[in-house]
Amino acid sequence: MKNWIIVGVTSAIAESVARIWAERGYKLFLVARNENRLADIAQDLKVRGAASVTTFAMDANAFERHQECFDAALKSMGRIDGILVAHGTLPDQKACETSFNVARSEIETNGLSVISLCTIAANLFEQQRQGDIAVISSVAGDRGRQSNYVYGAAKGMVSIFLQGLRNRLAKSGVHVTTIKPGFVDTPMTASFDKGGPLWASADQVASGIVGAVDKKRNVVYLPWFWWIIMNIIRHIPEFIFKKMKL
Amino acid sequence: MGKPYVSWARYPYTSQQAVDLQWRTDLLPDVPSVLPQGNARSYGDSCMNHGGLVASTRFMRRFMDFDPQSGLLRCEAGLQLADILNVVEPQGWFLPVTPGTKFVTVGGAIANDVHGKNHHLEGSFGNHVTQFELLRTDGSRRLCSPTENTDWFDATIGGLGLTGLITWAELQLKRVPNSAINLETIKYQDLATFFKLSEESEATHEYTAAWVDCLAAREKLGRGHFLRGNHARITQPKPAAAKLKLAMPIDPPLSLVNSLSLRAFNALYYNRLFQERTFATVHYDPFFYPLDFVHDWNRMYGPKGFLQYQCVVPNETSYDAIREILQRIADANSGSFLVVLKVFGKVPSRGMLSFPRPGATLALDFPYHGNKTMALFDQLDEVVVQAGGAIYPAKDAHMKGEHFRQFYPRHDDFKQFKDPGISSSFWRRVMEENT
Ligand SMILES: Cc1cc2nc3c(=O)[nH]c(=O)nc-3n(C[C@H](O)[C@H](O)[C@H](O)COP(=O)(O)OP(=O)(O)OC[C@H]3O[C@@H](n4cnc5c(N)ncnc54)[C@H](O)[C@@H]3O)c2cc1C
Ligand SMILES: NC(=O)c1ccc[n+]([C@@H]2O[C@H](COP(=O)([O-])OP(=O)(O)OC[C@H]3O[C@@H](n4cnc5c(N)ncnc54)[C@H](OP(=O)(O)O)[C@@H]3O)[C@@H](O)[C@H]2O)c1
Repeated sequence: MKNWIIVGVTSAIAESVARIWAERGYKLFLVARNENRLADIAQDLKVRGAASVTTFAMDANAFERHQECFDAALKSMGRIDGILVAHGTLPDQKACETSFNVARSEIETNGLSVISLCTIAANLFEQQRQGDIAVISSVAGDRGRQSNYVYGAAKGMVSIFLQGLRNRLAKSGVHVTTIKPGFVDTPMTASFDKGGPLWASADQVASGIVGAVDKKRNVVYLPWFWWIIMNIIRHIPEFIFKKMKL
Repeated sequence: MGKPYVSWARYPYTSQQAVDLQWRTDLLPDVPSVLPQGNARSYGDSCMNHGGLVASTRFMRRFMDFDPQSGLLRCEAGLQLADILNVVEPQGWFLPVTPGTKFVTVGGAIANDVHGKNHHLEGSFGNHVTQFELLRTDGSRRLCSPTENTDWFDATIGGLGLTGLITWAELQLKRVPNSAINLETIKYQDLATFFKLSEESEATHEYTAAWVDCLAAREKLGRGHFLRGNHARITQPKPAAAKLKLAMPIDPPLSLVNSLSLRAFNALYYNRLFQERTFATVHYDPFFYPLDFVHDWNRMYGPKGFLQYQCVVPNETSYDAIREILQRIADANSGSFLVVLKVFGKVPSRGMLSFPRPGATLALDFPYHGNKTMALFDQLDEVVVQAGGAIYPAKDAHMKGEHFRQFYPRHDDFKQFKDPGISSSFWRRVMEENT
């Protein structure tokens, strides 16, 4: 049995991960900004077999409450074995281009809030000399593209931060997993035309996340073939790339 | 990933505009025409709303409460039967009624009032629903049960999603000593024997159904394997579930189902059993859900999709009508691997538009061959009409409006419960277009 914090558990991917962990009988500490949604999810996870479920309503951008969140988790579960950070938004790229305020708030949600949470987790786990940090970043963070580079910049910041963190914590037995999904069929992508070989379901990605955490993988592309796609995309020379419509 | 929101047979439509509902408090979208949708495991157009929207419950799939003492389960409408089994089976409970796939939602199971191999004892799904909440496009919500808003309850069971969206439901599960099945398989020679076996098994076996070799003609017509089973005893060891799952990961450019592969399969399958009778204790998965083993198997029919045909004919006419239908299918050298024949029992279905009724029901799929398939279906429909039977909307993309209205005489009564903001491709086809 393990004790996990899940931040952004109302995300379709994170909720699906939580179901798998509940079936395994984990203790779960759920964080999201909407209290009613948290209650619905908590009830579900209890029926599915979670050993205990506690909820904590918090906006990820309420940086001043991040420490309180960990304190509450420690109090309710006694010990923290891992944290999954999953919340995120898919910004309106055009709005980010016309207004820096919009861009800044997107970078706060998708980048800075994640870094704040991971900083606290890292210090706690370093002290415990154990713990898993798993964060959902994105393939969009691997290269900036005109269609969503503000989101990409935030995710890229998270990926690089986690690289450094992994390096720092390796000697303390703390593990860091960076998760880079491709196209996932969730409410976040509601406006896309879905279906076809590039799209995966939230359940598929969730079982990939659970497997990656179990195996203490460092960086995972989900599904795996995105590793190939992103390798190609990353290696296109900039003078060609800048003229492409991506 | 297959395209979401497209019905299982991928015929007649290959795309659908949709919104996802994620929470019980969500409202139906404010658009001229919307239709609730579950996991789109219906075959034809009854879960489709071409030109309008579907409101999918696929992300609204949470348990709300389960009492292992009483077996009462409350859940959101998008929860799939597979999830229910995962949770309740280890605690000694089972689904009171289950269709041939566990990847259907509770909402979809209610809206089609689905049936299973135990219809002769337990009736259909709606007989085990204790209450649900119905959300209308005007935002109103009604609690419906056998004692409260009974008319709405009966209109919504088997109501094809047209009365509103079921947000959550409560079911009475069934306690079983063991989820495994003691299965007896009997290789039988002709249709008369099928009816004899059904009759003699009705009181002794909880589950009955037959697989029929639809290419066998003349005196062999209707031959097949009769399956009958009961839950194993508590002391029997449970067989393990198969781990390996197959998948159909791509869309082949052509249908892999043709008369050659069909002939080979049916002959092999029929003769798979050397003895006339075999006994085995099997895991519930292969017994109830043999098709779920191959993920996305619908893709093997290729880009044109396929059609399923399921009818029921009353006991008085069933022998002759089923004979006639099987003969016509054999003559057309059409049909499929998966032909199932079963005798329904007398437990009345609650729904105003429920399909299950006393008689024999035959279900099979056909690769879509354009007019040739449609012409055969027209012939089969005539047989069903003459016999006083009915065709199952959940499997249908073809029946004529006049036939639907004849098969479902309460359709006029039903209209007062239909939500004016809700419609489906099926409903327009059978009720609004001039056919
Ligand atoms: C392999 C296979 C085997 C099958 N075997 C059987 C069988 O043995 N017996 C049988 O009866 N059927 C069988 N079926 C058919 C299947 O059980 C039904 O079509 C079922 O209703 C599908 O459920 P769904 O969740 O996919 O709903 P959908 O197909 O998405 O929708 C079905 C209907 O329910 C309505 N609906 C869905 N959710 C809601 C809601 N929340 N509120 C109101 N209305 C709603 C829709 O509008 C639609 O009219 C089988 C199907 C397959 C693919
Ligand atoms: N879907 C994809 O194609 C895809 C691809 C790559 C990466 N990802 C990443 O995967 C993760 C999960 O996304 P998803 O696809 O599952 O989408 P989702 O269902 O839309 O989930 C996003 C969640 O983030 C939460 N959230 C947003 N802002 C928040 C804030 N300020 N504070 C707290 N919670 C906040 C939302 O909570 P509310 O319920 O309160 O709105 C929502 O539940 C995200 O990090 C996303 O960037 C997704």
